[in-house]
Amino acid sequence: MTTTTLDQPHEHAHAHEHHGPPRGLKRWLFSTNHKDIGTMYLVFALTMLFAGGASAMLIRMELFMPGLQLLEPDLYNNLVTNHALIMIFGAVMPAAAGLANWMIPLMIGAPDMALPRMNNLSFWILPAAATMLILSFVVPFFPGGGTQINTGWTLYPPLSLQVGMSMDFLIFAIHLLGISSVLASINIIVTIFNMRAPGMRMLEMPIFVWTWLVTAFLLILVVPVLAGGVTMLLFDRHFGTSFFNAAGGGDPVLFQHLFWFFGHPEVYILILPSFGVLASIIPTFARKPLFGYNSLVGAMIAIMVIGMVVWAHHQYTIGMSLGAVSYFMIGTIIISIPVGLMVFNYMATMWRGSMTFETPMLFAVAILLMFSFGGLTGIMLAVVPADMQYHDSMFVVAHFHYVLLPGAVFGLFAGIFYWLPKWTGHMYKEKLAKLFFWVNVISFNVTFFPQHFIGLAGMPRRIADYNVMFTEFNVVSSLGAFVFGLSHLLLLYIVIDTVRRGKQAEARVWEGARGLEWELPSPPPFHSWTTPPNLATVAR
Amino acid sequence: MAVSTQPSKAGRAEAAGVIPAGLCALGAAFWAGAARAELGLNFPEPAAGVAQEIYNIHMLTTTIATVLLVIIFGFVIYSLIHHRKSRGYVADQTFHQSWFGHWSWVIVPVLVLGIDLTIAHSAQKTLEKVWEVPEGEDMLDVKVVGHQWWWEYEYLDHAVEIDGKPRTVRIESRATPEDKAGEHYLRDVDNPLVLPVGKKVRFLHTSADVNHAFWVPELAVKKDAIPGYVTETWVDLNREGTFRGQCAELCGTWHSRMPIVVESVSEDRFSTWIDGQKQAMVASAAEASMDKTWDKDALLEKGHAAYNTKCGACHQINGKGLPPAFPALAGSKIATGPIAGHLDIVLNGKPGTAMVAWNSLSNLELAAIITYERNAWGNDTGDVVQPRDIEAARSLAVK
Repeated sequence: MTTTTLDQPHEHAHAHEHHGPPRGLKRWLFSTNHKDIGTMYLVFALTMLFAGGASAMLIRMELFMPGLQLLEPDLYNNLVTNHALIMIFGAVMPAAAGLANWMIPLMIGAPDMALPRMNNLSFWILPAAATMLILSFVVPFFPGGGTQINTGWTLYPPLSLQVGMSMDFLIFAIHLLGISSVLASINIIVTIFNMRAPGMRMLEMPIFVWTWLVTAFLLILVVPVLAGGVTMLLFDRHFGTSFFNAAGGGDPVLFQHLFWFFGHPEVYILILPSFGVLASIIPTFARKPLFGYNSLVGAMIAIMVIGMVVWAHHQYTIGMSLGAVSYFMIGTIIISIPVGLMVFNYMATMWRGSMTFETPMLFAVAILLMFSFGGLTGIMLAVVPADMQYHDSMFVVAHFHYVLLPGAVFGLFAGIFYWLPKWTGHMYKEKLAKLFFWVNVISFNVTFFPQHFIGLAGMPRRIADYNVMFTEFNVVSSLGAFVFGLSHLLLLYIVIDTVRRGKQAEARVWEGARGLEWELPSPPPFHSWTTPPNLATVAR
Repeated sequence: MAVSTQPSKAGRAEAAGVIPAGLCALGAAFWAGAARAELGLNFPEPAAGVAQEIYNIHMLTTTIATVLLVIIFGFVIYSLIHHRKSRGYVADQTFHQSWFGHWSWVIVPVLVLGIDLTIAHSAQKTLEKVWEVPEGEDMLDVKVVGHQWWWEYEYLDHAVEIDGKPRTVRIESRATPEDKAGEHYLRDVDNPLVLPVGKKVRFLHTSADVNHAFWVPELAVKKDAIPGYVTETWVDLNREGTFRGQCAELCGTWHSRMPIVVESVSEDRFSTWIDGQKQAMVASAAEASMDKTWDKDALLEKGHAAYNTKCGACHQINGKGLPPAFPALAGSKIATGPIAGHLDIVLNGKPGTAMVAWNSLSNLELAAIITYERNAWGNDTGDVVQPRDIEAARSLAVK
């Protein structure tokens, strides 16, 4: 066909649908299909979840009793470092990107992402980055391999200047991860701005799409700052510069500012897509429209803006002036307003609904309750004088696990259960999934709730060994952690089982589900929305 | 149209009241119990005015957070019980068009803002009381230096003349080993920081290598010790006792083994103690400055003790180290090779590693340690290093 009428792409694509996707390794290596790339992100993330989880299990095994039973302290510090890096950069961010890839085109009525080949690159950078990360872990076990990265994921100099070549592998891994995120973000923004179905105004797109739009802007703004900071570390380590070396005229605290200028918006990057998932799930299972669409959009933009100017609440103890520390305190406290508004809107969606509690909804409710709890300890932490006691103690560890796990991770689990039937065409086994939910959520609380108290009692974080006064709660926490870790094997089983078989899922998998993705069959065809949907005919 | 199967209005109201009331009662009971310091659920008992202020603001925010938690959980749990399809509840499709739907986006932020401003107001007041060092007051100045992995304290106001120069009272504070520390293992030191009750103390923090942080919960003092910076905190101790803290910034291998012990004593006992320190400094300086030739056994004895204290944490008491970060000294090429090389690495350190320059130790101490290292664990070089050899090595150019 050589005519160039507007109809041609549709007919051409129609022909493709009969052929289906390419076969074998080529399908995945050279994929430009948002569904396949989304699947690859999710599989990668699930693998990384177990790698990061393994580090956590070793950490909790060492902390089970006072004394150094299992690990050399530097290996312990390295596991602490890797646990965070793998979970943040290897599990949560790629999983969220996987959801974005799968769902954004389906939700806005687009045939694919705007830049499909760049989409492929964004994904395939990740296994290379993971390899770098693995190398950084493995190299010290060989003669001449140098020391482990024992700095925590925050990589503060001067300590990070002392580490062996592992640190250099990590810096390169971070460069690769950053490039992947920025490219993916560009793709997402361009897709959302340009490829919505005719008639879909910005303020009519699903909230999940909005959360990814804001997340993408945040990523583009702050990831380069991290990249700059770690590159400066690389130069200090090898090229004789003194960015962070006081003896050479530099400033160790400069790195902290660069890191946290990225690091604080990063927590919103981690949480917003999961909040977007909640906005899809709760109206479905409450059988009631989402409450406060416009205020949700306003709130997340406020979070983005304010979130970029409060980074030093991670640095209250560096010796800032009264004025500086007061500014960061009030800014941090103020963020509770837009975040609280988002959580409130989700609760108001539940209110006076007609709720049923399939697994996605179970997770959604658990998220609202536990994230609120974590947010409240966040307000406690914002108070500078009190933070003199909380900072770098187990109280902080408890706080961020209560916002990250229920917030980011459970949000992703909820999204997976919610959309797995759409992606695979099979219903997952509801009873097993509910079992997973209860074991997972209860053991999560057993693991992290006691950590608030040992933090208040004076146990620092990032220590491999502790005084006997902290024993009891550490034992409880570790037992909870072992159950929590093992429970994820059930998740793995459910996911694999659902991919392979299960009761056939309908197009509208959930009775109350509304949105363009539910107009397509389950699973959707390899190329979907090749003809844009007519929004007038879609169920609202 | 679904038939309503909800219980009667009266029953519902009762049920709705019972749950929040029950939660409140539980919360209050838990709170009263949890606030007691000895249960290990809350901050330890404050030992300073600033610590009391900080404890108060902490209890305020904790109480507000708990009340908010009960309210939020109350509403959600109520909704979970009542707004269910299985109970026949019919979803209110026009809820968002109700009065509440139209105005909640204003009401909720305003409410949250009100709570925020309440917290911020009290927090700011507390912050202003505890943050800046009080001016125009006579305070005891203590310099705190973080090292990998021990603390150094210097009483800047108390000096004694040695060799015609004033030398400030300086103590090195290291973790006591498990067999000596017992139940206080990882929270006990050989030389505690002795401070007087009733006189305000100003801390000046810095570091000799990487970032550390000085934290004593009973004083509610925490400040980063950053190389190249001097950061300030202050405290007004108001009771006597022994207060234990730990390093609070990941600083490498033995971050977990860098405790801080503050001995808070009366002003009289503090004066006596400081005088004792000054006398000990004079005595040890006298001993170290003698231009005598020491015999091997005396050096080995001194060296053994000094090595265990100062070098043993990294290179281990058995000399085997923890490679690759901390090389073994037993059988090492440096400890059995040319003396000049051994002197150089101990005096000047190895940049880019945790091996710092130990040139702050006295000639006698360094001579003893190096003699010990060259003869212990089967190294058996037979070498004896004298204090004057150390003095000579100091004047060589640093590599």
